[in-house]
Amino acid sequence: MSFPHKDLLGINQLSKEDILTILDATESFRQISQRPIKKVPTLRGRTIINLFFEPSTRTRTSFEIAGKRLSADVINISGSTSSVTKGETILDTGYNLQAMNPDIIVVRHSTPGVPHILARNLECSIINAGDGAHEHPTQALLDMATIREHKKTLQGLKVAIVGDISHSRVARSNILAMNKLGMQVTVVGPPTLIPLEMESLGVEVSHDLVSAIRDVDVIMMLRIQAERHNQTSFPSLREYSNLFGLNAEKLKKAREDVIILHPGPVNRGVEISPDVIDGNHSLILNQVNNGVAIRMTLMYLLLGGSDENTD
Amino acid sequence: MKILIKGGRVIDPANTIDGSYDILIEKGKIAAVEPPGKITSENPEGTKEIDATGLVVAPGFLDMHVHFREPGFEYKETIETGCQSAAAGGFTSVAVMPNTNPVNDNRSVTEMILSQAKAKGVSNVYAIPAISCGLKGEQLTDMGELAECGAIGFSDDGRPVMSNELMRRALEYSRMFDLPIIQHSEILDLTLGGCMNEGRVSTELGLKGMPTEAEDIMVYRDIALLPKTGGRLHVAHISSAGAVDLVRDAKAKGLPVTCEVAPHHFILTDEAVRGFDTNTKMSPPLRAQRDVDAILEGMRDGTIDIIATDHAPHAELDKQVEYSCAAFGIVGLETALPLSMEMVEQGVITLQEMIAMLTSRPAQLFKLDKGTLSVGREADVTIFDPAAEYKIDIQSFKSRSKNSPFDGRQVRGRICHTLLKGKIVYSGN
Repeated sequence: MSFPHKDLLGINQLSKEDILTILDATESFRQISQRPIKKVPTLRGRTIINLFFEPSTRTRTSFEIAGKRLSADVINISGSTSSVTKGETILDTGYNLQAMNPDIIVVRHSTPGVPHILARNLECSIINAGDGAHEHPTQALLDMATIREHKKTLQGLKVAIVGDISHSRVARSNILAMNKLGMQVTVVGPPTLIPLEMESLGVEVSHDLVSAIRDVDVIMMLRIQAERHNQTSFPSLREYSNLFGLNAEKLKKAREDVIILHPGPVNRGVEISPDVIDGNHSLILNQVNNGVAIRMTLMYLLLGGSDENTD
Repeated sequence: MKILIKGGRVIDPANTIDGSYDILIEKGKIAAVEPPGKITSENPEGTKEIDATGLVVAPGFLDMHVHFREPGFEYKETIETGCQSAAAGGFTSVAVMPNTNPVNDNRSVTEMILSQAKAKGVSNVYAIPAISCGLKGEQLTDMGELAECGAIGFSDDGRPVMSNELMRRALEYSRMFDLPIIQHSEILDLTLGGCMNEGRVSTELGLKGMPTEAEDIMVYRDIALLPKTGGRLHVAHISSAGAVDLVRDAKAKGLPVTCEVAPHHFILTDEAVRGFDTNTKMSPPLRAQRDVDAILEGMRDGTIDIIATDHAPHAELDKQVEYSCAAFGIVGLETALPLSMEMVEQGVITLQEMIAMLTSRPAQLFKLDKGTLSVGREADVTIFDPAAEYKIDIQSFKSRSKNSPFDGRQVRGRICHTLLKGKIVYSGN
C-alpha cells in the first residue's frame, strides 16, 4: 500500500489510484469501530492537533475520535482560543505548534489556501479539514466510501449535487473525486449559487431539481448557509425550499434505488424535508460513520502506514 | 564633470532617433548627441567615459503610478528607498499616489513629499494628490492650490470615485488647471470581499471573485461623463478586455481619454493564483487569458498609451497571511524593463515603442519636460543591456519590500546605468 503524500490538502492532488487505495484501506479501519474495544495501538506516541478556525462539531469530533482510536494523542485548538485574534499570523501559529513536534495538524479555516500555506512551511503532515469554499477532501472521501458501500461500484454512476455550489467546498472536492472515478455529475441550484464557468470543472449545470434527479444514482443535498448569504443570492428560504428543497413528492420522480447524501448539519425543512432525512433512501448517518474510518485511514497512511497492529 | 556615453544604440522616441550615437553630458544637461567619434573631449581627464557598446541608451524612464508609502507606512517603503528602487529599474521620474497616511489631499502633505524627495530622492518625484478629501469620495480637494504646488493630476487610487456626481464635478473642475483625473476603475459593490478575478480559476479555488464588469462599468461611466465636462480622463492600470474596447472606441470619437497598463497585467493571468501565493493578489486582479489578449491588442494598436508599474510595496506581514486577508499589490519598478522586453520579444511592440511607452508618451500625457535626450534638457538617461539574461532575484531589490510574483523568473534586459541630471544614481553589474 503506497501513499506518496506528506499532506492531504485536496482531492486535486490525488490520483484515481490514491483514492482507491484510501477506500480499500478504509474497509479494515471501519471494523475497528465495531468492536467492543475500539482502540488499536497503531499511532501510539503520535500527536495530532486539530486546529479549527471555524466552528465545527461533527468534523472535529470525527478527527478526534479517529486519532484516539489509533491511540494518538489528540489536542483541539479552536479559533476562539487561538492567537489569531491577538494579531498572530497564521504562519506564526503554525511555527509555534511545530515547535511542540506534532505529527499531524488538521486544519479548518474560512480562507482557501490556508492549509497549503501551512504545508509549504511546516514539516509535519497537514490534513485539510475544509478551507473556505475550496476543498474538504476527507468529506469527499467519506462520501465515496459511503456510495461504494451501497452501490458496490463508483464508475459510471450519475450524481446530482444540489444547493449552494458557490460556497461549497464539499461540492468542489466531490466533483474532483467523482470526475477522477468516472462518475457523471450534475450540479443543481439557482444561477446565483452556481459560480462562473462551472462547466469547466467537468459537470453539467441544471436549474430544475425534478428533471435533474430523475435518472441519478446519488442525490447529494448541500446545506443552505443562511448566515453566509447577502440578500441577493435568493429571495427567501421559502422560495429556495419550494424550488430546490427535496421532499417525498419530488423524490417520487427519482429512481427507486437512489441514495441521498448530505454533509450535514441539515436544515430540516429547508433543503431537505424531515421524512426524506429519516427515510430509507437517506445515508446521512452512514456518512458520519464512514467519516471516522476515512480519517483513521488517512492518519495511518500519512504517518507512514506501517502494517503493525492494524488488526 | 563631463560624461561621455560612447558606442551605444541611442533610442530617443521623442526625436525619432534610433542609431549609433555618442552623448556628451555637461553640467547635468545633454550637451551633444553626435555620430560615433565626432565628440572629442578637450579635457580627457575631466571626462568620465561610459562604454555603451552593445547597450541601449534611452531617456530615463517615467513611471506615472507608484506608491512610496511615505508618510504613514514607512515600514513598506519610503520616498528614499522608493527612489532607489526606481533608479535600479531605470526610472528617473515617478509620480506618487496619494493613499498615504495622512492622505495627500492638501498642500502640506504634497510639500512634505516633494521636499523629502528633493532632500533624499535619486529620482524626479511628482505628486498626484487626491481627488477627494481623505479619499472618501465626498468632497473635492483644493485642486487649485494643489496644482500650484506641483500636482500633475489627481487620483483617489486604491479607491475609485464611486459617486457619479463627484466624478462629474472633478472632471469639470480640473479642467481649469488642465490636469487629468486618474481613475482606479472599480465598482465596489461588485467586488465586495473579492480577492481575485472572477472566472474559471476562482470557481475552482473557491476564492471570491472580482468580475471584469466592475472595471468595464466604471470606465464606461467615466467616458460617458467626458463630452459635457470637458475633463481629461486617464484610466489607471487597465486590465479587462471590455475596458480596452471602451477606451479604443472613445479615442476613435476623439474623447480625451488615455490609459496605462501595468506589466503584471500583460504577463500573467489568474492561473498564477493557483498555489495561493499572495504576491499574485492585486487590484485590479490578474485577469483571464482573453483579457490579456485584449491588453496585448491594445498595446499593439496604441489604445494603451503607457506602461506604469503600480509599484505597491507591502511588507511580509501584509502578505504572509491568508489569501483573503493579504494586501493588494506588488512592487514593479525593478522588474518593469525585463517584463516589458518580453512584449518586444513576442513581437507585440517594437523596442522603440516600448521605450516610448516608458518615456516620451508619459511625458507628453502629463506635460512633463522629461522623457527625451534632446540637447539642452536635463540629462536623465537609462542605459540597459537588452540581451543580458538572468533570473529575477527579489533579494537584490532596492525597494524596502520584496512582494513580487516574479522571483526566479528567467528574463532578458538589465539596467546598467541610470543617470539623473547627469549624475550616475545607479550602476548594475
